[in-house]
Amino acid sequence: MSTHEDSPATTTGTGGASSTGGATGAGGGLVVRGLALELGGRRLLDGVDLDVPAGRVTGLAGESGSGKTLTGMAVLGLPPRGARLSGSIRYGGRELVGLGTRAHNALRGKELAMVFQDPTASLHPMLSIGGQLTDHVRHHLRLSRRQARERALEVLEQVRVPSPEQALRRYPHEFSGGQLQRIAIAIAIACRPRVLVADEPTTALDVTVQAGIMRLLRQLCDELDLAVLLVTHDLAVMSSLADTITVMRTGAVVEHGPRHDVIRTPRHPYTRSLVEALPDHTRRLDGAG
Amino acid sequence: MPGELLLEDVVVEHGRGARRVRALDGVSVHVAAGEVVGLVGPSGCGKSTLAKVATGLVPLTSGRAVFDGVPVERNGLRRRPRPLVRLQMVFQNPYASLNPRRRVGSQLEDGRAVHPGTAPGVAELLEQVGLPADAARRFPHEFSGGQRQRVAIARAMATGPDLLIGDEPIASLDASLQAQVATLLRRVALASGASLLFISHDLSVVRLVADRVVVMDSGRVVEEGPTEQLWRQPRSPFTQRLLAAVPVADGLGRIPQV
Repeated sequence: MSTHEDSPATTTGTGGASSTGGATGAGGGLVVRGLALELGGRRLLDGVDLDVPAGRVTGLAGESGSGKTLTGMAVLGLPPRGARLSGSIRYGGRELVGLGTRAHNALRGKELAMVFQDPTASLHPMLSIGGQLTDHVRHHLRLSRRQARERALEVLEQVRVPSPEQALRRYPHEFSGGQLQRIAIAIAIACRPRVLVADEPTTALDVTVQAGIMRLLRQLCDELDLAVLLVTHDLAVMSSLADTITVMRTGAVVEHGPRHDVIRTPRHPYTRSLVEALPDHTRRLDGAG
Repeated sequence: MPGELLLEDVVVEHGRGARRVRALDGVSVHVAAGEVVGLVGPSGCGKSTLAKVATGLVPLTSGRAVFDGVPVERNGLRRRPRPLVRLQMVFQNPYASLNPRRRVGSQLEDGRAVHPGTAPGVAELLEQVGLPADAARRFPHEFSGGQRQRVAIARAMATGPDLLIGDEPIASLDASLQAQVATLLRRVALASGASLLFISHDLSVVRLVADRVVVMDSGRVVEEGPTEQLWRQPRSPFTQRLLAAVPVADGLGRIPQV
């Protein structure tokens, strides 16, 4: 249950969100209402409400086990095996909850894209970058080899991977972690998706590299009018990148609002405890020094 | 004073021939007794190799490593020289460093057996790290991630060490726990009179716990100094870039300029 819907920026439209009107952008975004997920008799998501409008970065924060990743996976049509999903995920004019596997497969990778924490795990170590960048493009957009290659070069340039021509012939182990994450993002945006789920996209990276990836995500969101769902436990990253922040705890939303309000004047005690636990807020505890 | 670690001009190379890689390239680091030193740098800069040098897990190509006046030799099958056991480590993943099939209490007793008499009792150790006394009867899997790292800290403290080395001890924890566990590590180490070498890529947490910070890049020490001074006036361009890239949770939506 969404207990705290008291934030001024929240459109408290419930259930019957048949049209994508209101504060949610005209098209392309996601509207999640009352999303629940049960697995083995346990309720892991309990009535999650979430708006992911186009052209905005929507942050989903919370500690491990809060259900933030599960929410992202449910949006992508990848709930854990045996899970029972209820509620509603509206995308464009379609309902994603209860959508068949085939229909979801057609959407995922094309209109709903994703980027995960570890690019070395999400890229195949023995396939060239070119192969991994063109395979899904040819499948989803029905392009020829040549057209797909052109598209691959275009997106590699867009994510600023140096010398794209050569990069296509190379393999994942020949790149640094930051470059690999850029390539993973290139793969994600190759089919011109409307929604990008980014689950801890910078957590495995060094701070200097992290800043570059954050800037890239921001830019892609603005330029391509992408609806970005940013899942992270790192409130500093959240504060830099997200426009609105939704905070989750044990499968439910506890707070939701504009970035500045949630971080500066959190209403819910749980959000407050998260913010106060940050190093900038923690008083240095001296033992004997 | 016990707890002093001295690394002088340490060079470590891996591999041979054309594939030879210099992991540490003439590094000198000093941790004084009762001091908390933070070691920061990007991945691959040699932070963890340095910890391995201090514990005798990698052979030195050249240079010198001395702990409490005793040269650190490479660990072999022989029993370690007694004084070197007074150096203990806390690793990133507590689940990998604790025995999953034994109760926490008996694992702590093992540690205490190293220096019987000097180390506090199991109940006291658990209390130090903020765990209830009944934690001794439980197995590692019965704890949450943060609690398990507390158990790992208690295990390191059980031997009554003079120097504690934390190699990314908070990297696998939730953001909300990182500062808490890091300050706990500092408090516990200093309360027992031990010094602490805190290795992390998270600069804001290092700022919180370290008296002095050493910045490394590609196997070399780039800069070092008292924590606050280094934060206010970083001299090397590398440190300046590193500090400028740290995002701040200020709610202003600023992406760090690099």
